[in-house]
Amino acid sequence: MNAIDKTKPTEEKRSRYSAGVMEYRKMGYWQPDYEPKDTDVIAVFRITPQDGVDEIEASAAVAGESSTATWTVVWTDRLTACDKYRAKCYRVDPVPNGPGSWFAYIAYDLDLFENGSIANLSASIIGNVFGFKPLKALRLEDMRLPVAYIKTFDGPATGIVVERERLDKFGRPLLGATVKPKLGLSGRNYGRVVYEALKGGLDFTKDDENINSQQFMHWRDRFLYCMEAVNKAQAASGEIKGTYLNITAGTMEEMYERAEFAKTLGSSIVMIDLIIGYTAIQSMAKWCRRNDMILHLHRAGHSTYTRQKNHGVSFRVITKWMRLAGVDHIHAGTVVGKLEGDPHTTKGYYDLCREDFVPQNLAHGIFFDQPWASTRKLMPVASGGIHAGQMHQLIDLLGEDVVLQFGGGTIGHPMGIQAGATANRVALEAMILARNEGRDLLGEGPEILKEAARHCMPLKQALETWKDVTFNYTSTDTPDFVPQATAAE
Amino acid sequence: MRLTQGAFSFLPDLTDEQIAKQVQYCIDKGWAVNIEFTDDPHPRNTYWELWGHPMFDVPDAAGVMFELNECRKAYKGRHYIRLSAFDATHTWESLRLSFLTDRPADEPGFVLERQEIDGRSIRYTTRAYAANRPEGARY
Repeated sequence: MNAIDKTKPTEEKRSRYSAGVMEYRKMGYWQPDYEPKDTDVIAVFRITPQDGVDEIEASAAVAGESSTATWTVVWTDRLTACDKYRAKCYRVDPVPNGPGSWFAYIAYDLDLFENGSIANLSASIIGNVFGFKPLKALRLEDMRLPVAYIKTFDGPATGIVVERERLDKFGRPLLGATVKPKLGLSGRNYGRVVYEALKGGLDFTKDDENINSQQFMHWRDRFLYCMEAVNKAQAASGEIKGTYLNITAGTMEEMYERAEFAKTLGSSIVMIDLIIGYTAIQSMAKWCRRNDMILHLHRAGHSTYTRQKNHGVSFRVITKWMRLAGVDHIHAGTVVGKLEGDPHTTKGYYDLCREDFVPQNLAHGIFFDQPWASTRKLMPVASGGIHAGQMHQLIDLLGEDVVLQFGGGTIGHPMGIQAGATANRVALEAMILARNEGRDLLGEGPEILKEAARHCMPLKQALETWKDVTFNYTSTDTPDFVPQATAAE
Repeated sequence: MRLTQGAFSFLPDLTDEQIAKQVQYCIDKGWAVNIEFTDDPHPRNTYWELWGHPMFDVPDAAGVMFELNECRKAYKGRHYIRLSAFDATHTWESLRLSFLTDRPADEPGFVLERQEIDGRSIRYTTRAYAANRPEGARY
C-alpha cells in the first residue's frame, strides 16, 4: 500500500478534489491497510473525540491536520505528490479501561521533515492539532523515530561514556545537589554551598532552574565564586568536580556570552532549562560539542504538558527529542522522591536515555521498538525529595548510570553541608560495593546502610534525620498496561 | 588528605577479600581487569603506568589477585595502585569500574595555585606536593 496508486480512474480523482468539505477519512488520511515503511516516522496519539464524533474520523483528522490537510478540499494538492505527503492513520485501538479514548497510530513519510530539526518535527506533529475542536483532548504518547531520521541529528554533545572518562568516575552513580535556597543568595554565599557540598564528597552541584541573573546575584559573580569553590574542592580531594552553571537567559546572544565565560573559567559543564525552546537547546548542544562542554538540561516547565494523561505530550517523547537535540543530562524522575513518577513509566524514560535499542514494552509505556543507531547515551538525573536512606531503592530502580541529586538531602543535614554530602557518598559507595558482591539490595538495603553508618557518623545522623521519609502519592501518568502482545505490529 | 578517586574511596580501605569480590564481579560481566600504578595522583593524570596488559582471559579473581600482589611487592607504600575494568561491548568500549586498592602511607595532597588574570578571573592550577620530587622518589 506504500506505492501511490496510479490506476485510480480520473472520475474518482475529480470527485476527491471537487470543491467543498469532505471527511478526512475519505481524503486519504485513514488507510487501515497501510503498512508503515522502515523510514516512516510513526506517532501514537491518545485521542478523546467530542461526543458524537466517530473515532476513525477524529483520528484521520489528526493525521490530516498534522500533515497536509486543511478543513476543506484544495485543488493545489494536485500539484504535489500528495498521496506521499499525507499522513496515514492506519490503526485505531480503544484505550484499555479508558472509555471514550483511542490510541491512533499515524505514519508520516520521512520527506515531511527537515533533517536535524526538532522544531520542524514538533511543528508538524504537535503544531496545530492539539486545539482541534472536534477533539476533547489529545495526547502524543510515543513516536517511532526511524534510523534514517535519527542519523540527521548529532545526539548528545558528550554522552555518558565520554562524560565518565572526562570526570574519571566509573561504576557508580554520580552525586549532585542543587544549591538551596533557590533564590536570594549572593554570589559569595552561593559559592560557599558549592564548596561545602563538593568537598564533602559530591561530584556536582547545580544551579536551580530559575537562577539566572537577578538583582541579588549577577551571573558573572556566581560563575566566579562557583569556580573558586570547584577548584578548591578539587584540590582538597584530588578528584574532578563540577558545577552546572545555568546559562539560561533572555536571548541566544546572552546565553552564548555566559557559556563562553563558563568555558574561560574552566567549567566542565553548563546548564540550560527546557523552556528556552528546542532550537535554542539544539544550538547550545552544538556549542557544547564544539567546546568540550557537558550540557545539563533541567526539564523546567515540562509538567504543564506531560503530566495529565488525557492531553499533552508524554515525557517519553520529550526524552526522545532531547536525546536527538543533543543534551547530556536530563531530569527523568526518581520514583521515590517528591515529584511525579510511576516506576514503570520512569523505567521507560531511563531506557530511552541509555540503551542503544529499546524494545517495545507496553507495561513501561514504550509503544514501539526504538533503535538508536549508536546515538550517544543521555545521562538521566534523579532529583527532588530523595535522601541517603533510599539509596538501595534508588540503585535498584535506576541503575548506576544516573546522577543522583540530593539537594535538601545534602544541605539539610543537621551537621552541615559537608556532612550531608559525605553521608550520601558513603551510602552510595557502600551500596554499589554490596551490589557488586551479589547482595540483595531491596532485602538487605537498610542493613547495608546501617553497617556503613558504623564507620560514618554523618550517615548515621542522616539515617536518623530522614528515617523512612517518602512521598507516596498515586501517579497520574501511569502506563495503560495494554497487555496484547501484538500492540504495534 | 585522602585522595578520593575511584569508586570506593569514601569507605575504609578494602580488604583483599573485598577486592577479590569486586574483581570477580567484573570478570563475570566479561570485563578485562587492569592494574595500574602511579606516584602522580593529579586528577587529570589519566595514564597511570600499566602493570602488564588488561587481563582479558583470566577465569577467576585469583589470577588478578596474584598480579596485584606482585605489583604491591614492587610499589606498595610508595605509589597509588588501582584496578580498572574494561568493557568491550559496543556503545560502551570504556571503563565500567575503577577503584583504588593501595595508597601511599602518607598523602600530603595538593596545593591550589591562583594566578590573577583579566578582570576578576583567576587561572587555577592544582599541583600535588609530592610532584615536586622526581618520579619514583615522591612518596
